[in-house]
Amino acid sequence: MGKTLFDKIWDAHVVQRKEGHPDVLYIDTHFIHEVTSPQAFDGLRRRGIRVRRPDRTFATADHNVPTLNQHLPIREELSRRQVEMLTRNCEEFGIELYGLGHPFQGIVHVIGPELGITQPGMTIVCGDSHTSTHGAFGTIAFGIGTSEVEQVLATQCILQYKPRKMRITIDGQLKKGVVSKDIILYIISRISASGATGYFVEYAGSTIRSLSMEARMTICNMSIEMGARGGMIAPDETTFAYIQGRRFAPKGADWERALAYWKTLYSDPDAVFDKKLHFDAADIEPMITYGTNPGMGIKITETIPTPVQVAEKERASFERALHYMGLQPGTRLLNQPVDYVFIGSCTNSRIEDLRMVANFVKGKKKAPNVEVWVVPGSKQVEAQARKEGIDRIFEEAGFQLRGPGCSACLGMNEDKIPPGKYCVSTSNRNFEGRQGPQARTFLASPLTAAAAAITGKIVDVREFL
Amino acid sequence: MSKRTIQHIVSTAVPLPIENIDTDQIIPARFLKATTREGFGKNLFRDWRYENDDESRPKKDFVLNNPVYGGCILVAGKNFGCGSSREHAAWALADYGFQVVVSSFFADIFKNNALNNFLLPVQVSDVFLQQLFQVIQQNPKTEIEVDLPGQYIRILATGEEERFDINPYKKECLLNSYDDIDYLLSLDEVIRAYEQSHERV
Ligand code: SF4
Repeated sequence: MGKTLFDKIWDAHVVQRKEGHPDVLYIDTHFIHEVTSPQAFDGLRRRGIRVRRPDRTFATADHNVPTLNQHLPIREELSRRQVEMLTRNCEEFGIELYGLGHPFQGIVHVIGPELGITQPGMTIVCGDSHTSTHGAFGTIAFGIGTSEVEQVLATQCILQYKPRKMRITIDGQLKKGVVSKDIILYIISRISASGATGYFVEYAGSTIRSLSMEARMTICNMSIEMGARGGMIAPDETTFAYIQGRRFAPKGADWERALAYWKTLYSDPDAVFDKKLHFDAADIEPMITYGTNPGMGIKITETIPTPVQVAEKERASFERALHYMGLQPGTRLLNQPVDYVFIGSCTNSRIEDLRMVANFVKGKKKAPNVEVWVVPGSKQVEAQARKEGIDRIFEEAGFQLRGPGCSACLGMNEDKIPPGKYCVSTSNRNFEGRQGPQARTFLASPLTAAAAAITGKIVDVREFL
Repeated sequence: MSKRTIQHIVSTAVPLPIENIDTDQIIPARFLKATTREGFGKNLFRDWRYENDDESRPKKDFVLNNPVYGGCILVAGKNFGCGSSREHAAWALADYGFQVVVSSFFADIFKNNALNNFLLPVQVSDVFLQQLFQVIQQNPKTEIEVDLPGQYIRILATGEEERFDINPYKKECLLNSYDDIDYLLSLDEVIRAYEQSHERV
């Protein structure tokens, strides 16, 4: 019987399999950041042990960093201490750190692929749920908790039960104004925020194949938003071309050897999935969320559901969400005024995202009622944007181009959306308080966000293309 | 870490009949700046608990502020613990004093994190979950029994019970206070052998 892509990689990493026990899985690459690692390093110290493979561990500071004046010490004391602690831990344990000020610093899920650290066939973990992003390269990549971070630091292994496998196929050509963020918001709105819990998802189909690596990352990134442990896409020529020549990519004979292996990484035609779903690209339109979980999404022209359209069990959550958002059931989101536009996060902060926004915005000005933050995913993305003159387009439009970090994706650093304010955000979570206490989030694509920035309200971007 | 175990618990329970409770609600991101595991309990469900983040203004309608309900069992709506991988969510629940969380569905990473912190996630059927909400709300003094060796949860007053699943390895860990890291460290030889035969990356 054939194997799925997932099985091929998983089985190649099983160090020990024992009946009734979780598999001992070897981890090729471990990313760490300041928030979920301090307690793990403490654990190592308490046990008097070292990091087993510092050479396979990479660190950056992203969640807590300010995005303005990054050359100055972090003002917020607790944030500063956490970032300093990461620096000290990396020094003590001999781990490569791309900290604040380093030319490679950035959001952990942006820098891994960008530096060529992320490669097909790997197992990758990080104490962060959006580790699923790396799955776009045909890797098994998933988020872990701090106790597991400690396991991996100590042993380079993790105890895991094999999840079930789901394949989501999307075929056909995307319509004008529809981008990869819309694909994933659409899927989640169809299968709900818990629709893939317990599964590892492989995305397939002609639509997926036609996407760039960065667009694929956006999709894998949000796998966790439907409950999946991770998402992955089989590597192909697009993948290989993206990786070749990057800093940590294999070179010379190593490249040839790696390539030969990577080409074996696909699901065999007779491989068995526990669940298969199929969607048609023609049915996808620009999407937006109205509620407080990423499953509460609609096509931008649709109306918010009414309570009777929602399953009875979910009605209380639905009503609570609308109350939080200050929205009425059965109404349209079109023309809803917004206060902030946030373009950033590990979902949509790569150079293609910034280019997409810049293309749309060029020669236009933001609406006076909105504040617009563009936060590149990494120092390298920022540098590239400046090289291409994207910074000047933003400046003329009245957008703020900030320094790299997680920024307003989560209310942890200085960038917070004020209470009660509406924000169109290219990030991945619209939970209550996610962007700051009482902040109200509409998740959307960079294009839809750009259109909201220019008009000051939610609009159908297709009318402007 | 102190050696903890879970065996048999009888307690009243706190009902939180909301679905998709995400880890940003359990512990908002701005409280993740600590560098130790202690003290997260006071910020558990912070934004549902207090008006404008003000500890002197507890929200009257939130269940943790209602003296009628108490106990070390939290009963919550479907898909509990979705969202971020932050283990701080499990630390906050445990630090507050919960030993068991009951729901009809748990997010994967949360479940692992809970188990790694001796917080027992008990997954029950939707029907049983609704029963639990009903009896607890009718009588907040209702006692619930959770038995890990026998893998059952029972409403003492009515005798209604349901079996729950837990993987055998984790069960052993919880009952005997084993630790994954000790176990993995004991496999050093096997890991070394794997590394030697797989130097491909
Ligand atoms: S950008 Fe947002 S989702 Fe991504 S790692 Fe940072 S906080 Fe997490």
